[in-house]
Amino acid sequence: MTKRRSFAPAIYVGLLLVPIYWLFIMSLKTTKEIESSFIPYPQAPTLENFQYIFDDPSWYLGYLNALIYVLINVAIAVTVAVPAAYAFSRYRFFGARVLFFGFLTFRMMAPAILLVPFVQIFSELNLIDTHIAVAIAHCFFNVPIAVWILEGFISSIPREMDESARVDGYGLIRFFRKILLPQIAPGIAVTAFFCFMFSWVESLLANGLTVVEAKPINGIMTRAGSVLAADMPLLAAAGVLGLIPGVALIVFMRNHLARGFSMGRVV
Amino acid sequence: MNSERQNLLGYTLLLPAVLILTLCGVLPMVFVVYYSLHDTFGGNSFIWVGADWFAQILVAPEFHAALARSLGFSALALAIEVPLGIYVALRMPTKGAMAAVYIVLMTIPLLTPSIVVGYLWTALTLPNAGLIYEVLAPFGIDLNMNKPVTAWLMLAAMDAWHWTSLVVLLCFAGLRAIPDDYYRAARIDGASSWSVFRYIQLPKLRTVLLVAILLRFVDSFIIYTEPYVVTHGGPGVSTTFLSHELVLKALTEFNLGEGGAMAVVYFLIVLCVSWAFFVVVVPRSRARSGTASS
Repeated sequence: MTKRRSFAPAIYVGLLLVPIYWLFIMSLKTTKEIESSFIPYPQAPTLENFQYIFDDPSWYLGYLNALIYVLINVAIAVTVAVPAAYAFSRYRFFGARVLFFGFLTFRMMAPAILLVPFVQIFSELNLIDTHIAVAIAHCFFNVPIAVWILEGFISSIPREMDESARVDGYGLIRFFRKILLPQIAPGIAVTAFFCFMFSWVESLLANGLTVVEAKPINGIMTRAGSVLAADMPLLAAAGVLGLIPGVALIVFMRNHLARGFSMGRVV
Repeated sequence: MNSERQNLLGYTLLLPAVLILTLCGVLPMVFVVYYSLHDTFGGNSFIWVGADWFAQILVAPEFHAALARSLGFSALALAIEVPLGIYVALRMPTKGAMAAVYIVLMTIPLLTPSIVVGYLWTALTLPNAGLIYEVLAPFGIDLNMNKPVTAWLMLAAMDAWHWTSLVVLLCFAGLRAIPDDYYRAARIDGASSWSVFRYIQLPKLRTVLLVAILLRFVDSFIIYTEPYVVTHGGPGVSTTFLSHELVLKALTEFNLGEGGAMAVVYFLIVLCVSWAFFVVVVPRSRARSGTASS
């Protein structure tokens, strides 16, 4: 490689972490400390903000609710995307190209456009305030992305593998389970990561489609933040806790992700 | 396989994805188009009004202004994030523990919920207490979020903080796909690092960059939660972007017709821009398979 050692990534990552540090120390402060003056570290670190969250079910269940719909969404997106990606990768069927780009146009729609119709549709289906409603709603941006990423990974696998499996008498379902899925495991990790990310970050729909039972932490934070004297340290503590599932996911899947990203077939 | 069997198998495998996208994409869009062609009272009875709403919004100055702001914000976000993302990706170590550490740390902003990003930047820009405010103060810069320029710059910085890593990750993945032989050949030819970038790396990054630019364009164009939290669309309406305008119309004023018409126009704009990207980029990159000269 022609690459020389560079500090650019270190500086870049360092800058990224500064706001995270700020979020973290803010969560250890009291409200008075935050608004009165600038102190780059907490003077009297307190865990009372975290305590507050763990004492109130509506707060801590908010994380669980968010996690539930995100995981359902990732499961749906990956499950429907694998066969679709396989079809786009292997078969020359009529309209394949148009459909492939047709799928992608769904990714271009905005949550703000779809909020009102979603409320109507899910009310009709009696699904308002359920995790499944949010999980399905988030599919419009995650399914296209999942199909797109997986198509790249499947296309990087030689067709000969399909042929030899067929010769060995594998049916399509057994072929998927025994051969294709293990082969594209890093691709599935990358896909799951992207779906998790976009679903976890979204809050307009997640908030608009839920009331109490499935209210995600986003919604609870919005409510707490919209009062006149917003409790910044509490919101910061909620934010710190909000980072944990994502970071846990990354750390947990780091090997698969690293392999997936360096396979260079993200697209 | 004959083509009929290919058709059948292809469509069968697509069916689950098509069904779910029909439910969460096509169906709501049909509703939106329906709203845009009707007038309603409380969402119960609908009266056909044809293209009236479109005629109304297409001449409405607020809509033009919100549209211009959204396009401007997208342009600003892309102008920062794409070059920065490519630069960092090029400078990333290619393998080893540091690469993994960088990747993990970089994904932290990506996984921060928008609402948290919003509150975090509110806190960072608090007068007399926020970090950014304090860092700028010694330089004689008085960070004032009541100035439209400041509000814009802070939102752009926030978006760059949140999403540049997406460009880095995608480009990093794209760069890893370039065989080492290419670099070896370039070194033998005595190519400068600029020409390596221009003639080897950039062409190979075409497709990943297309994805990165599209995702960043679409998501910055529809940005809602963060400006809503940080600036409430202000000062004045200077950071009231399209999504915000749409939510105001559709939900706060419950004007489904006008909101619907705005949504349709907005979707068409995104579609046109995206289509233009595809037309420019896709034919050449699709032809890449196997050829070393692409």
